[in-house]
Amino acid sequence: MGELSVNHLLGIKYITKEDVDLIFETADHFKEVINRPIKKVPSLRDITIANLFFENSTRTRLSFELAEKRLSADMVNFSAASSSVKKGETLIDTVNNILSMKVDMVVMRHPNPGAGVFLSQHVNASIVNAGDGAHEHPTQALLDSYSIREKLGEVTGKNVVIVGDILHSRVALSNIFALKLQGANVKVCGPKTLIPKHIEKLGVEVETNLRKALEWCDVANMLRVQNERMDISYFPTTREYVQQFGLNKNLLDSLDKEITIMHPGPINRGIEITSDVADSDHAIILDQVQNGVAVRMAVIYLLASKIKQ
Amino acid sequence: MSQKILLSAKEIEIILHRLACQLIENHQNFEETVLVGIQPRGIFLAERIQQILQNDYKIEEVKTGRLDITFFRDDFRRSEKPLEANKTKIDFLVENKRVVFIDDVLYTGRSIRSALTAIQSFGRPKEIELLTLIDRRFSRHLPIQPDYNGRQVDAINEEKVKVNWVENAGEDCVYLVNK
Repeated sequence: MGELSVNHLLGIKYITKEDVDLIFETADHFKEVINRPIKKVPSLRDITIANLFFENSTRTRLSFELAEKRLSADMVNFSAASSSVKKGETLIDTVNNILSMKVDMVVMRHPNPGAGVFLSQHVNASIVNAGDGAHEHPTQALLDSYSIREKLGEVTGKNVVIVGDILHSRVALSNIFALKLQGANVKVCGPKTLIPKHIEKLGVEVETNLRKALEWCDVANMLRVQNERMDISYFPTTREYVQQFGLNKNLLDSLDKEITIMHPGPINRGIEITSDVADSDHAIILDQVQNGVAVRMAVIYLLASKIKQ
Repeated sequence: MSQKILLSAKEIEIILHRLACQLIENHQNFEETVLVGIQPRGIFLAERIQQILQNDYKIEEVKTGRLDITFFRDDFRRSEKPLEANKTKIDFLVENKRVVFIDDVLYTGRSIRSALTAIQSFGRPKEIELLTLIDRRFSRHLPIQPDYNGRQVDAINEEKVKVNWVENAGEDCVYLVNK
């Protein structure tokens, strides 16, 4: 088994295909571990991890916490709402204070793009980016690819469409990097106002007709409309969005093939995806969540093995 | 690098039959016993023993699993090379079972120490025994000894015992390699 080429996981942009393969191979072993009667291994007994969440999160945070606990790491949690950040402390000061209490690794979610990269240049610890603004969310992209690999055998050569609010989505950006890295074909689909200009430069195609996109793809990754990040109106009404870009059972049944439905959560039922589709056999949404723990265990394990004693 | 043969294919075959007979002596029909090969190199020995028990001594079913100990080792972040994980495949609960660990070479005893922790994830065994093909005497770091042993070897630390199987190297042979 090799080593990761990086000391931090800041984004898919910064890692190689070999890194992705290594993470998936390791995640396979951890997936077996978390399905045992006793779901814990003692590998990271001597590692302490701080989870710094400057932005709300349920799933990602819980998933990281479980991954850390199953590896027997010690962990401390921090959320911006109840901290000195409110009193005017800078990010570097906050983190250095935490590190001086002998913390080896930092898992951070931050509303500002590039916060992870910035931190990795200024503090002495392994940084795992758990989402930075509209930039990247690497572990989500990894678990999405891992789930595609599990369902369809491999990612290479598969057609994947990412539907919805591409403009505000770090999941979309990380997924594009991860899928292209593994040789998948990627399209993005959504209202023109929610698709960034020049996105073709990343090697993806733009499709504004959901039906055409679905007819082309093997996998559809449905994203949530991120109302909390929208300062202006990007489409006239939610109802119009649902009519054009919502995935429902009728649309799915009218295709002459089966496609795999993914969603990074949280789902807005009835908007980007209807309940009957989200709960159908085509959807691997809950598999994604389970794989999230295994993939995050792999990332943390592999990064921790690079921390010198 | 020089190497000499410690055990030939014929000798290995005789030893495997002796070990199988010793197991039968203690475990009779293997109803309450499971064999667990330690990854990566103990699995070949475990499967050989299983085949001999089932084919030559007509024991109906000898449950055999594979246990990977990578995540339970005590040298994580201490060894030069990154640790390589292997597949664990244990399709049965070891709760109240008599477990026989099987590994090719017993050296410092640290792998077995890790295996003793790892197996707890699959239940509480009634007892655990250890079967090894080669026991490198006088090099233990921990108070661990085999219950069934093929051959005792006195080797210095600079030497390495290499066990080849038909399954992974095309021949059955044990070498003492001088590094």
